[in-house]
Amino acid sequence: MMRVKFHQSLDELKERLLVMAGMAEQAIQRSIEAYRTRDLSICELVLRSEPAINRLEREIDQMALDLLAMEQPMAIDLRFILSVIRINADLERVGDQAVNIAIRVREMGAFANIDLPVDIPKLAELASAMVRKALQAFIEGDAEMADSVFRMDDQVDKMNDAAYYALSTMIKEKSELTPQALNALIIARNLERVGDHATNIAEDVIFWVRGADVRHHAASTQS
Amino acid sequence: MGVGILVEDLNAWYGSTHTLQDINLHIPANHATALIGPSGCGKSTFVRCLNRMHETNPIARATGVVKMGELDIYRDASPVEIRRRVGMVFQRPNPFPTMSIYDNVVSGLKLNGFRNRRVLDETVERSLRQAALWEEVKDDLKKKSGASLSGGQQQRMCIARALAVDPEVLLMDEPASALDPVSTSKIEDLIFQLKSQYTIVIVTHNMQQAARVAENTGFFLNGKLVEFDSTHKIFTNPKDKRTEDYITGRFG
Repeated sequence: MMRVKFHQSLDELKERLLVMAGMAEQAIQRSIEAYRTRDLSICELVLRSEPAINRLEREIDQMALDLLAMEQPMAIDLRFILSVIRINADLERVGDQAVNIAIRVREMGAFANIDLPVDIPKLAELASAMVRKALQAFIEGDAEMADSVFRMDDQVDKMNDAAYYALSTMIKEKSELTPQALNALIIARNLERVGDHATNIAEDVIFWVRGADVRHHAASTQS
Repeated sequence: MGVGILVEDLNAWYGSTHTLQDINLHIPANHATALIGPSGCGKSTFVRCLNRMHETNPIARATGVVKMGELDIYRDASPVEIRRRVGMVFQRPNPFPTMSIYDNVVSGLKLNGFRNRRVLDETVERSLRQAALWEEVKDDLKKKSGASLSGGQQQRMCIARALAVDPEVLLMDEPASALDPVSTSKIEDLIFQLKSQYTIVIVTHNMQQAARVAENTGFFLNGKLVEFDSTHKIFTNPKDKRTEDYITGRFG
Protein backbone atom coordinates (compact mmCIF):
# COMPACT_ATOMS: atom_id res chain seq x y z
CA MET A 1 0.00 0.00 0.00
CA MET A 2 3.01 2.31 0.03
CA ARG A 3 2.21 5.02 -2.50
CA VAL A 4 5.68 6.06 -3.58
CA LYS A 5 4.70 7.54 -6.95
CA PHE A 6 1.85 9.51 -5.43
CA HIS A 7 4.09 11.05 -2.80
CA GLN A 8 6.66 11.93 -5.46
CA SER A 9 3.85 13.67 -7.35
CA LEU A 10 2.97 15.66 -4.23
CA ASP A 11 6.60 16.77 -3.98
CA GLU A 12 6.53 17.84 -7.63
CA LEU A 13 3.32 19.79 -7.01
CA LYS A 14 4.97 21.59 -4.11
CA GLU A 15 8.01 22.41 -6.23
CA ARG A 16 5.87 23.86 -9.01
CA LEU A 17 3.98 25.99 -6.51
CA LEU A 18 7.28 27.33 -5.19
CA VAL A 19 8.25 28.30 -8.75
CA MET A 20 4.92 30.11 -8.98
CA ALA A 21 5.64 31.82 -5.65
CA GLY A 22 9.04 32.96 -6.89
CA MET A 23 7.50 34.48 -10.01
CA ALA A 24 4.78 36.30 -8.07
CA GLU A 25 7.28 37.66 -5.51
CA GLN A 26 9.60 38.82 -8.27
CA ALA A 27 6.74 40.62 -10.02
CA ILE A 28 5.88 42.55 -6.85
CA GLN A 29 9.52 43.44 -6.19
CA ARG A 30 9.93 44.65 -9.76
CA SER A 31 6.78 46.74 -9.64
CA ILE A 32 8.01 48.50 -6.49
CA GLU A 33 11.44 48.99 -8.04
CA ALA A 34 9.65 50.59 -10.99
CA TYR A 35 7.76 52.87 -8.56
CA ARG A 36 10.94 53.83 -6.75
CA THR A 37 12.92 54.58 -9.91
CA ARG A 38 10.02 55.49 -12.22
CA ASP A 39 11.71 53.18 -14.72
CA LEU A 40 9.11 52.29 -17.36
CA SER A 41 11.21 49.44 -18.74
CA ILE A 42 10.74 47.62 -15.42
CA CYS A 43 6.99 48.19 -15.74
CA GLU A 44 7.15 46.41 -19.10
CA LEU A 45 9.01 43.49 -17.51
CA VAL A 46 6.21 43.11 -14.96
CA LEU A 47 3.50 43.24 -17.62
CA ARG A 48 5.34 40.69 -19.75
CA SER A 49 5.66 38.26 -16.82
CA GLU A 50 1.90 37.97 -16.31
CA PRO A 51 1.13 35.41 -19.07
CA ALA A 52 3.79 33.06 -17.66
CA ILE A 53 2.26 33.31 -14.18
CA ASN A 54 -1.19 32.63 -15.61
CA ARG A 55 0.13 29.62 -17.55
CA LEU A 56 1.77 28.21 -14.45
CA GLU A 57 -1.44 28.73 -12.45
CA ARG A 58 -3.34 26.57 -14.96
CA GLU A 59 -0.57 23.95 -14.99
CA ILE A 60 -0.56 23.65 -11.19
CA ASP A 61 -4.35 23.45 -11.07
CA GLN A 62 -4.27 20.67 -13.65
CA MET A 63 -1.62 18.74 -11.67
CA ALA A 64 -3.75 19.07 -8.53
CA LEU A 65 -6.91 18.05 -10.39
CA ASP A 66 -5.17 14.98 -11.82
CA LEU A 67 -3.98 13.92 -8.37
CA LEU A 68 -7.48 14.35 -6.92
CA ALA A 69 -9.01 12.32 -9.73
CA MET A 70 -6.37 9.61 -10.06
CA GLU A 71 -5.08 9.15 -6.53
CA GLN A 72 -8.10 9.97 -4.38
CA PRO A 73 -5.98 11.40 -1.58
CA MET A 74 -6.98 11.30 2.06
CA ALA A 75 -6.40 13.31 5.23
CA ILE A 76 -3.21 15.41 5.24
CA ASP A 77 -2.59 14.70 1.53
CA LEU A 78 -6.10 15.82 0.62
CA ARG A 79 -5.72 18.95 2.71
CA PHE A 80 -2.33 19.63 1.11
CA ILE A 81 -3.75 19.49 -2.41
CA LEU A 82 -6.72 21.70 -1.50
CA SER A 83 -4.30 24.18 0.07
CA VAL A 84 -2.10 24.17 -3.02
CA ILE A 85 -5.11 24.96 -5.21
CA ARG A 86 -6.05 27.92 -3.01
CA ILE A 87 -2.48 29.20 -2.58
CA ASN A 88 -2.00 28.94 -6.33
CA ALA A 89 -4.99 31.25 -6.90
CA ASP A 90 -3.67 33.70 -4.30
CA LEU A 91 -0.24 33.81 -5.92
CA GLU A 92 -1.79 34.50 -9.29
CA ARG A 93 -3.67 37.39 -7.70
CA VAL A 94 -0.39 38.67 -6.19
CA GLY A 95 0.92 38.69 -9.77
CA ASP A 96 -2.17 40.67 -10.81
CA GLN A 97 -1.50 43.23 -8.07
CA ALA A 98 2.04 43.65 -9.41
CA VAL A 99 0.62 44.28 -12.87
CA ASN A 100 -1.84 46.83 -11.46
CA ILE A 101 1.00 48.63 -9.69
CA ALA A 102 3.11 48.65 -12.87
CA ILE A 103 0.20 50.18 -14.82
CA ARG A 104 -0.16 52.91 -12.16
CA VAL A 105 3.58 53.64 -12.22
CA ARG A 106 3.41 53.93 -15.99
CA GLU A 107 0.58 56.47 -15.62
CA MET A 108 2.51 58.38 -12.99
CA GLY A 109 5.31 58.79 -15.53
CA ALA A 110 3.17 61.37 -17.34
CA PHE A 111 3.24 63.66 -14.31
CA ALA A 112 5.90 65.41 -12.31
CA ASN A 113 7.67 63.25 -9.72
CA ILE A 114 6.64 64.80 -6.43
CA ASP A 115 7.05 63.90 -2.77
CA LEU A 116 3.99 61.96 -1.65
CA PRO A 117 2.93 61.60 2.00
CA VAL A 118 3.12 57.81 1.83
CA ASP A 119 6.05 55.43 2.12
CA ILE A 120 5.13 52.98 -0.66
CA PRO A 121 8.48 51.08 -0.56
CA LYS A 122 8.03 50.49 3.18
CA LEU A 123 4.45 49.31 2.70
CA ALA A 124 5.68 47.08 -0.13
CA GLU A 125 8.44 45.68 2.06
CA LEU A 126 5.92 44.78 4.76
CA ALA A 127 3.49 43.17 2.31
CA SER A 128 6.33 41.24 0.63
CA ALA A 129 7.61 40.09 4.01
CA MET A 130 4.14 38.71 4.73
CA VAL A 131 4.17 36.76 1.48
CA ARG A 132 7.68 35.46 2.17
CA LYS A 133 6.78 34.38 5.70
CA ALA A 134 3.56 32.67 4.56
CA LEU A 135 5.50 30.81 1.88
CA GLN A 136 8.24 29.88 4.34
CA ALA A 137 5.52 28.46 6.59
CA PHE A 138 4.28 26.49 3.58
CA ILE A 139 7.76 25.18 2.77
CA GLU A 140 8.36 24.08 6.36
CA GLY A 141 4.78 23.01 7.10
CA ASP A 142 4.94 25.32 10.13
CA ALA A 143 1.49 26.43 11.36
CA GLU A 144 2.95 28.62 14.13
CA MET A 145 4.94 30.59 11.59
CA ALA A 146 1.75 30.94 9.56
CA ASP A 147 0.02 32.33 12.66
CA SER A 148 2.57 35.15 12.84
CA VAL A 149 1.54 36.37 9.37
CA PHE A 150 -1.85 37.51 10.75
CA ARG A 151 -0.15 39.94 13.16
CA MET A 152 1.83 41.46 10.29
CA ASP A 153 -1.40 42.08 8.37
CA ASP A 154 -2.55 44.54 11.05
CA GLN A 155 0.53 46.69 10.39
CA VAL A 156 -0.10 46.70 6.63
CA ASP A 157 -3.75 47.65 7.18
CA LYS A 158 -2.72 50.52 9.46
CA MET A 159 -0.21 51.84 6.94
CA ASN A 160 -2.80 51.61 4.18
CA ASP A 161 -5.34 53.51 6.33
CA ALA A 162 -2.75 56.21 7.07
CA ALA A 163 -1.92 56.47 3.35
CA TYR A 164 -5.61 56.88 2.54
CA TYR A 165 -5.98 59.68 5.08
CA ALA A 166 -2.79 61.52 4.02
CA LEU A 167 -3.45 61.23 0.28
CA SER A 168 -7.12 62.23 0.48
CA THR A 169 -6.11 65.26 2.55
CA MET A 170 -3.53 66.08 -0.10
CA ILE A 171 -6.18 65.85 -2.84
CA LYS A 172 -8.40 68.27 -0.90
CA GLU A 173 -5.62 70.73 -0.25
CA LYS A 174 -3.67 70.51 -3.53
CA SER A 175 -6.12 69.42 -6.18
CA GLU A 176 -3.54 69.89 -8.95
CA LEU A 177 -1.70 66.86 -7.51
CA THR A 178 -4.78 64.64 -7.65
CA PRO A 179 -3.50 62.31 -10.44
CA GLN A 180 -0.29 61.46 -8.57
CA ALA A 181 -2.11 61.12 -5.25
CA LEU A 182 -4.81 58.88 -6.76
CA ASN A 183 -2.24 56.59 -8.35
CA ALA A 184 -0.35 56.33 -5.05
CA LEU A 185 -3.65 55.63 -3.27
CA ILE A 186 -4.39 52.77 -5.66
CA ILE A 187 -0.86 51.37 -5.30
CA ALA A 188 -1.21 51.41 -1.50
CA ARG A 189 -4.50 49.57 -1.91
CA ASN A 190 -2.84 47.03 -4.23
CA LEU A 191 -0.17 46.38 -1.62
CA GLU A 192 -2.77 46.01 1.10
CA ARG A 193 -4.38 43.34 -1.12
CA VAL A 194 -1.00 41.58 -1.41
CA GLY A 195 -1.01 41.41 2.40
CA ASP A 196 -4.52 39.91 2.28
CA HIS A 197 -3.34 37.22 -0.15
CA ALA A 198 -0.45 36.43 2.20
CA THR A 199 -2.99 36.08 5.01
CA ASN A 200 -5.01 33.67 2.86
CA ILE A 201 -1.88 31.63 2.18
CA ALA A 202 -1.13 31.48 5.91
CA GLU A 203 -4.70 30.27 6.57
CA ASP A 204 -4.23 27.55 3.96
CA VAL A 205 -0.98 26.43 5.59
CA ILE A 206 -2.81 26.12 8.92
CA PHE A 207 -5.60 24.15 7.25
CA TRP A 208 -3.05 21.81 5.68
CA VAL A 209 -0.98 21.26 8.83
CA ARG A 210 -3.62 21.32 11.57
CA GLY A 211 -6.78 20.48 9.67
CA ALA A 212 -8.33 23.63 11.15
CA ASP A 213 -10.30 26.16 9.13
CA VAL A 214 -9.32 29.58 10.51
CA ARG A 215 -10.74 31.66 7.68
CA HIS A 216 -13.03 34.56 8.49
CA HIS A 217 -11.87 34.60 12.12
CA ALA A 218 -13.05 31.05 12.78
CA ALA A 219 -11.44 29.71 15.96
CA SER A 220 -7.97 28.34 15.22
CA THR A 221 -8.77 25.19 17.21
CA GLN A 222 -11.80 24.36 15.11
CA SER A 223 -11.35 21.30 12.92
CA MET B 1 -34.67 -2.49 13.38
CA GLY B 2 -30.97 -2.60 14.08
CA VAL B 3 -29.47 -2.61 17.55
CA GLY B 4 -26.33 -0.98 18.85
CA ILE B 5 -23.31 -3.14 19.61
CA LEU B 6 -21.24 -2.56 22.72
CA VAL B 7 -17.83 -4.20 22.86
CA GLU B 8 -15.87 -4.22 26.13
CA ASP B 9 -12.36 -5.57 26.68
CA LEU B 10 -12.61 -7.99 23.80
CA ASN B 11 -9.56 -10.20 23.34
CA ALA B 12 -9.20 -13.03 20.85
CA TRP B 13 -6.60 -15.68 20.19
CA TYR B 14 -5.78 -18.22 17.51
CA GLY B 15 -3.78 -20.77 19.44
CA SER B 16 -1.15 -18.71 21.23
CA THR B 17 -1.44 -15.75 18.84
CA HIS B 18 -3.18 -12.83 20.49
CA THR B 19 -5.08 -11.50 17.46
CA LEU B 20 -7.33 -8.95 19.18
CA GLN B 21 -6.22 -6.94 22.17
CA ASP B 22 -8.49 -5.05 24.53
CA ILE B 23 -11.02 -3.80 22.01
CA ASN B 24 -13.57 -1.34 23.34
CA LEU B 25 -16.07 0.43 21.16
CA HIS B 26 -19.70 1.23 20.62
CA ILE B 27 -21.20 0.62 17.19
CA PRO B 28 -24.37 2.69 16.89
CA ALA B 29 -27.66 1.18 15.76
CA ASN B 30 -28.87 1.78 12.20
CA HIS B 31 -25.56 3.12 11.02
CA ALA B 32 -22.94 1.68 8.71
CA THR B 33 -19.60 1.28 10.45
CA ALA B 34 -16.48 0.52 8.43
CA LEU B 35 -13.44 -1.30 9.72
CA ILE B 36 -10.17 -0.69 7.93
CA GLY B 37 -6.59 -1.74 8.42
CA PRO B 38 -3.80 -3.72 6.76
CA SER B 39 -4.10 -7.47 6.19
CA GLY B 40 -3.77 -9.42 9.40
CA CYS B 41 -4.66 -6.46 11.61
CA GLY B 42 -7.58 -8.26 13.25
CA LYS B 43 -10.57 -6.59 11.61
CA SER B 44 -12.00 -9.83 10.19
CA THR B 45 -11.40 -11.61 13.50
CA PHE B 46 -13.27 -8.77 15.16
CA VAL B 47 -16.40 -9.19 13.02
CA ARG B 48 -16.24 -12.95 13.49
CA CYS B 49 -16.37 -12.31 17.23
CA LEU B 50 -19.57 -10.32 16.74
CA ASN B 51 -21.48 -13.41 15.59
CA ARG B 52 -19.48 -16.00 17.56
CA MET B 53 -18.06 -17.41 14.37
CA HIS B 54 -14.55 -16.99 15.72
CA GLU B 55 -15.08 -19.82 18.19
CA THR B 56 -15.99 -22.30 15.44
CA ASN B 57 -12.25 -22.70 14.89
CA PRO B 58 -11.08 -25.28 17.48
CA ILE B 59 -7.90 -23.39 18.31
CA ALA B 60 -9.63 -20.03 18.63
CA ARG B 61 -11.00 -18.39 21.77
CA ALA B 62 -12.27 -15.01 22.84
CA THR B 63 -12.86 -13.17 26.11
CA GLY B 64 -14.69 -9.98 26.93
CA VAL B 65 -18.20 -8.67 26.47
CA VAL B 66 -20.17 -8.17 23.25
CA LYS B 67 -23.67 -6.81 23.74
CA MET B 68 -26.24 -6.52 20.96
CA GLY B 69 -28.75 -4.17 22.47
CA GLU B 70 -29.31 -5.73 25.90
CA LEU B 71 -28.22 -9.20 24.85
CA ASP B 72 -24.77 -10.33 26.01
CA ILE B 73 -24.01 -12.66 23.11
CA TYR B 74 -21.39 -14.73 24.93
CA ARG B 75 -23.43 -15.20 28.11
CA ASP B 76 -27.10 -15.03 27.22
CA ALA B 77 -27.43 -16.62 23.79
CA SER B 78 -26.42 -19.69 21.81
CA PRO B 79 -24.33 -19.39 18.63
CA VAL B 80 -27.38 -20.50 16.62
CA GLU B 81 -29.55 -17.72 18.03
CA ILE B 82 -26.79 -15.19 17.46
CA ARG B 83 -26.45 -16.13 13.82
CA ARG B 84 -30.17 -15.60 13.33
CA ARG B 85 -29.85 -12.12 14.77
CA VAL B 86 -26.61 -11.35 12.96
CA GLY B 87 -26.42 -11.90 9.20
CA MET B 88 -23.08 -12.22 7.48
CA VAL B 89 -21.91 -11.62 3.92
CA PHE B 90 -18.49 -12.77 2.83
CA GLN B 91 -15.89 -11.60 0.35
CA ARG B 92 -16.83 -14.17 -2.27
CA PRO B 93 -20.48 -14.98 -2.88
CA ASN B 94 -21.18 -18.43 -1.50
CA PRO B 95 -24.46 -19.68 -3.03
CA PHE B 96 -25.51 -23.26 -2.43
CA PRO B 97 -24.78 -24.41 -5.98
CA THR B 98 -27.43 -27.11 -6.27
CA MET B 99 -30.23 -24.95 -4.86
CA SER B 100 -32.53 -22.66 -6.80
CA ILE B 101 -32.47 -18.92 -6.15
CA TYR B 102 -35.61 -19.36 -4.06
CA ASP B 103 -34.13 -22.12 -1.91
CA ASN B 104 -30.89 -20.24 -1.49
CA VAL B 105 -32.74 -17.25 -0.05
CA VAL B 106 -34.87 -19.27 2.38
CA SER B 107 -32.21 -21.78 3.40
CA GLY B 108 -31.62 -20.06 6.72
CA LEU B 109 -35.32 -19.89 7.46
CA LYS B 110 -35.78 -23.57 6.64
CA LEU B 111 -32.87 -24.46 8.91
CA ASN B 112 -34.76 -22.64 11.64
CA GLY B 113 -37.83 -24.77 10.98
CA PHE B 114 -39.98 -22.42 8.90
CA ARG B 115 -42.10 -24.38 6.40
CA ASN B 116 -45.17 -22.19 5.79
CA ARG B 117 -45.22 -21.70 2.01
CA ARG B 118 -46.88 -18.27 2.13
CA VAL B 119 -44.39 -16.98 4.70
CA LEU B 120 -41.50 -18.32 2.66
CA ASP B 121 -42.85 -16.74 -0.56
CA GLU B 122 -43.30 -13.39 1.14
CA THR B 123 -39.84 -13.59 2.68
CA VAL B 124 -38.21 -14.38 -0.66
CA GLU B 125 -39.86 -11.39 -2.31
CA ARG B 126 -39.13 -9.01 0.59
CA SER B 127 -35.50 -10.09 0.90
CA LEU B 128 -34.80 -9.98 -2.83
CA ARG B 129 -36.43 -6.56 -3.08
CA GLN B 130 -34.30 -5.32 -0.15
CA ALA B 131 -31.24 -6.71 -1.91
CA ALA B 132 -32.28 -4.94 -5.15
CA LEU B 133 -32.37 -8.25 -7.02
CA TRP B 134 -36.10 -9.00 -7.25
CA GLU B 135 -36.73 -7.43 -10.66
CA GLU B 136 -33.80 -9.31 -12.20
CA VAL B 137 -34.72 -12.79 -10.95
CA LYS B 138 -38.44 -12.82 -10.13
CA ASP B 139 -39.31 -14.96 -13.17
CA ASP B 140 -36.58 -17.51 -12.56
CA LEU B 141 -36.79 -18.02 -8.82
CA LYS B 142 -37.22 -21.75 -8.96
CA LYS B 143 -35.94 -22.36 -12.47
CA LYS B 144 -32.39 -21.14 -12.07
CA SER B 145 -29.79 -22.20 -9.59
CA GLY B 146 -28.15 -19.54 -7.43
CA ALA B 147 -24.81 -20.42 -8.97
CA SER B 148 -26.07 -19.50 -12.46
CA LEU B 149 -26.27 -15.79 -11.57
CA SER B 150 -23.47 -13.31 -12.23
CA GLY B 151 -20.98 -12.59 -9.43
CA GLY B 152 -22.69 -9.33 -8.49
CA GLN B 153 -26.13 -10.97 -8.54
CA GLN B 154 -24.86 -13.88 -6.45
CA GLN B 155 -23.54 -11.45 -3.85
CA ARG B 156 -26.88 -9.64 -3.71
CA MET B 157 -28.60 -13.04 -3.41
CA CYS B 158 -26.33 -13.81 -0.46
CA ILE B 159 -27.33 -10.48 1.07
CA ALA B 160 -30.99 -11.44 0.52
CA ARG B 161 -30.27 -14.78 2.23
CA ALA B 162 -28.77 -12.96 5.18
CA LEU B 163 -31.76 -10.60 5.36
CA ALA B 164 -34.33 -13.40 5.06
CA VAL B 165 -33.91 -14.40 8.71
CA ASP B 166 -34.69 -10.80 9.66
CA PRO B 167 -31.46 -10.04 11.51
CA GLU B 168 -30.73 -6.90 13.52
CA VAL B 169 -27.11 -6.69 12.48
CA LEU B 170 -25.49 -7.29 9.11
CA LEU B 171 -21.78 -8.06 9.02
CA MET B 172 -20.05 -7.69 5.67
CA ASP B 173 -16.48 -8.89 5.22
CA GLU B 174 -15.15 -7.20 2.08
CA PRO B 175 -18.50 -7.73 0.32
CA ALA B 176 -17.50 -6.05 -2.94
CA SER B 177 -13.82 -6.87 -3.27
CA ALA B 178 -14.46 -9.62 -5.83
CA LEU B 179 -16.95 -7.57 -7.87
CA ASP B 180 -16.71 -5.24 -10.86
CA PRO B 181 -17.34 -1.47 -10.37
CA VAL B 182 -21.00 -1.61 -11.43
CA SER B 183 -21.79 -4.47 -9.06
CA THR B 184 -19.76 -2.74 -6.36
CA SER B 185 -21.80 0.39 -6.81
CA LYS B 186 -25.03 -1.62 -6.43
CA ILE B 187 -23.78 -3.17 -3.19
CA GLU B 188 -22.83 0.26 -1.87
CA ASP B 189 -26.25 1.67 -2.76
CA LEU B 190 -27.75 -1.28 -0.97
CA ILE B 191 -25.72 -0.65 2.19
CA PHE B 192 -26.89 2.95 2.09
CA GLN B 193 -30.55 1.84 1.96
CA LEU B 194 -30.28 -1.06 4.39
CA LYS B 195 -28.73 0.89 7.22
CA SER B 196 -32.08 2.49 8.05
CA GLN B 197 -33.29 -1.00 9.02
CA TYR B 198 -30.13 -2.78 10.15
CA THR B 199 -26.90 -2.06 11.94
CA ILE B 200 -24.18 -2.68 9.37
CA VAL B 201 -20.53 -3.45 10.03
CA ILE B 202 -18.39 -3.61 6.92
CA VAL B 203 -14.78 -4.72 6.68
CA THR B 204 -13.10 -3.21 3.65
CA HIS B 205 -9.69 -2.68 2.14
CA ASN B 206 -11.18 -0.04 -0.14
CA MET B 207 -10.92 3.21 1.77
CA GLN B 208 -12.95 5.16 -0.74
CA GLN B 209 -15.70 2.61 -0.20
CA ALA B 210 -15.50 3.11 3.57
CA ALA B 211 -15.67 6.86 3.01
CA ARG B 212 -18.71 6.49 0.75
CA VAL B 213 -20.88 4.14 2.79
CA ALA B 214 -20.04 4.44 6.47
CA GLU B 215 -20.84 7.10 9.07
CA ASN B 216 -18.16 5.78 11.42
CA THR B 217 -14.84 4.10 10.78
CA GLY B 218 -12.47 2.13 12.97
CA PHE B 219 -8.80 1.63 12.15
CA PHE B 220 -7.21 -1.63 13.33
CA LEU B 221 -3.47 -2.26 13.50
CA ASN B 222 -1.67 -5.27 14.96
CA GLY B 223 -4.78 -6.49 16.76
CA LYS B 224 -5.58 -3.13 18.33
CA LEU B 225 -8.25 -0.59 17.58
CA VAL B 226 -6.07 2.47 17.02
CA GLU B 227 -8.84 4.97 16.30
CA PHE B 228 -12.61 5.01 16.03
CA ASP B 229 -14.37 8.16 14.93
CA SER B 230 -16.74 9.63 12.37
CA THR B 231 -15.71 8.65 8.86
CA HIS B 232 -15.43 12.33 7.99
CA LYS B 233 -12.88 12.83 10.76
CA ILE B 234 -10.90 9.67 9.99
CA PHE B 235 -10.47 10.52 6.32
CA THR B 236 -9.91 14.26 6.58
CA ASN B 237 -8.12 14.78 9.88
CA PRO B 238 -7.46 11.64 11.94
CA LYS B 239 -6.12 12.09 15.46
CA ASP B 240 -3.56 9.28 15.42
CA LYS B 241 -0.45 9.50 13.26
CA ARG B 242 -0.65 5.75 12.54
CA THR B 243 -4.15 6.18 11.09
CA GLU B 244 -2.98 9.04 8.95
CA ASP B 245 0.08 7.15 7.74
CA TYR B 246 -2.08 4.17 6.79
CA ILE B 247 -4.82 6.01 4.94
CA THR B 248 -2.34 8.19 3.08
CA GLY B 249 -0.35 5.16 1.99
CA ARG B 250 2.78 5.95 3.99
CA PHE B 251 2.91 2.40 5.28
CA GLY B 252 1.08 -0.87 4.72
